[in-house]
Amino acid sequence: MGQTITEKIFAAHLRDTPTPGNMVLDIDVIMCHEITTPIAIMDLIEKGMDRVCDPSRIKAVIDHVTPPKDSKTAMQAKIMRDWARRHQIKDFFDIGRNGVCHALFPEKGFIRPGNTVIMGDSHTCTHGAFGAFAAGVGTTDLEVGILKGVCAFRAPKSLKVEVAGTLAKGVVAKDIILNVIKQLTVNGGTDMVIEFCGPVIDAMNMASRMTLCNMAVEAGATSGVCQPDLVTAQYLWPFIKDGYASVEAAAEDFAKWRSDADAHYERTLTIDVTNLAPQVTYGYKPDCVKDVTEMEGARVDQVNIGSCTNGRIEDIREAAAIIRGKTIADSVRGILVPATPAIYSQALEEGLIKIFMDSGFCVMNPTCGACLGMSSGVLADGEVCASTTNRNFNGRMGKGGMVHLMSPASAAAAAITGTITDPRRFLN
Amino acid sequence: MKQFGGPAAFIDRNDINTDEIIPAKYLTEITKKALAPHLLEDLRLEGQDFDPHSQVMQEARVLITRSNFGCGSSREHAVWALEVNDINVVIGESFARIFRQNMFNCGILAVELSKADLDKLFGLKGKVTVAVDLDGEQLTATSSTGETATCTFTLNPFDKKLIGAGGWLAFADANY
Ligand code: SF4
Repeated sequence: MGQTITEKIFAAHLRDTPTPGNMVLDIDVIMCHEITTPIAIMDLIEKGMDRVCDPSRIKAVIDHVTPPKDSKTAMQAKIMRDWARRHQIKDFFDIGRNGVCHALFPEKGFIRPGNTVIMGDSHTCTHGAFGAFAAGVGTTDLEVGILKGVCAFRAPKSLKVEVAGTLAKGVVAKDIILNVIKQLTVNGGTDMVIEFCGPVIDAMNMASRMTLCNMAVEAGATSGVCQPDLVTAQYLWPFIKDGYASVEAAAEDFAKWRSDADAHYERTLTIDVTNLAPQVTYGYKPDCVKDVTEMEGARVDQVNIGSCTNGRIEDIREAAAIIRGKTIADSVRGILVPATPAIYSQALEEGLIKIFMDSGFCVMNPTCGACLGMSSGVLADGEVCASTTNRNFNGRMGKGGMVHLMSPASAAAAAITGTITDPRRFLN
Repeated sequence: MKQFGGPAAFIDRNDINTDEIIPAKYLTEITKKALAPHLLEDLRLEGQDFDPHSQVMQEARVLITRSNFGCGSSREHAVWALEVNDINVVIGESFARIFRQNMFNCGILAVELSKADLDKLFGLKGKVTVAVDLDGEQLTATSSTGETATCTFTLNPFDKKLIGAGGWLAFADANY
């Protein structure tokens, strides 16, 4: 019997099998941010274990609330900063160089096909887009990762999502993943890795693959993963060019990780996206998903475009194409958050920032900000936000607030009308 | 070994997420104790506010809930918020993976039961106390009206080791 990509990665990183079915893996990349790491650092200090296994495997960023909003968040940042200096963690990104972790770290080329990656953050699954095994963990797992460079997982099970058909104009990766979550439900992927494949995925750029994998956890999955290919090699080329004769040679090497044709899957979900409409969430769970056409006219008070799901340059371009030359509704506050400084610069260079500013949007510095309701656009009780983020939990963006998840194009359309709107109306 | 069990509180809902268990605004705390007053403070059940400070919740050492408990954010703060309120067992039909692992990593118990067994527990009247027999993988719920219900469960052998070691950090430090 063949192996899935995840089984191959587990086998290549196996350190120990403490009990049958449980595997302790060597971890290649341990990523840290200022919400879940400072408490790990404090605990390690208290236990007399303030050490790191290997500073070059640790990547750290201040991204959730940055610049700090108060003394407590300033202290979290300081704990991270001091720790990174103390242990000579070279890849530490502070204000001005920082961005949303799951957008910044891929951009730096830190994640390679076949890698194992952990972070104290549930959307670590994003990095599976590179053909890696990347899982969110809690603080104790993070502490052990920092200290020993290992993490324990149950033997992997995989769920295949095969995407076929042709996407209509105005329908994008976010719409696909929202529809997949609707079909799988919020725990349909628990203890499994969702493997995205099929012609639609093969034709996708890395940004779209990251959007898909980003939300795998919203179906309960341990991670999402895409097969590494020429697209992966092209994205990583600036970082790997010394190791390979050509991009094609790199892609060929990456192919060793690809799932075998006779690999076993717990379940296969096949979807044809040809007739898929833009998708929008209602309610307080990410599997409460409807076609945008069923939701049109619902009021929104704020529009938030950004986050690790959809704050990349491709997302900003997609929204700008709708906003260009228009002004947003008087009743709406528009917030754009480019996910990293490089994305921000690129958007400036392409004139996209001006399009948003002219339309009446507020443009923020790279941060998680309103996505988790800690700063930069928290909702008041009873307010509604159209958002390109990944969670619509009750109170996620502020107590009593309601979040509708959607694509950047749909969010831009909502900003113009002040209501949920089919973005295809603005495309010709 | 640590004893598990005690008075139970019931929360009859699926998919309770970690934002509900401990809202993000408290993630700036750097001590576990500071989380104590905020456990489940924003939880709503069927459109009604839930009272996390009720007497039943104050006395609870065991939470009994439904499926996919602890979904969403990876924040271990959710487990600590339970821990600092002296809750040492959560019983449900299923858990989100990261939450479940965080529980065992902290050396406390997440017990999965069948829907039928959970219905039995939810059907008990009066105040309910749960006793857990870890080695026998069995728990007994006794209500103040004299009814009892016994259910068996299976623990992942690795998670059982973590409980024995007092958590993952201690286990990993000794073994790797
Ligand atoms: S943007 Fe939102 S979902 Fe992504 S890492 Fe930040 S808080 Fe988490």
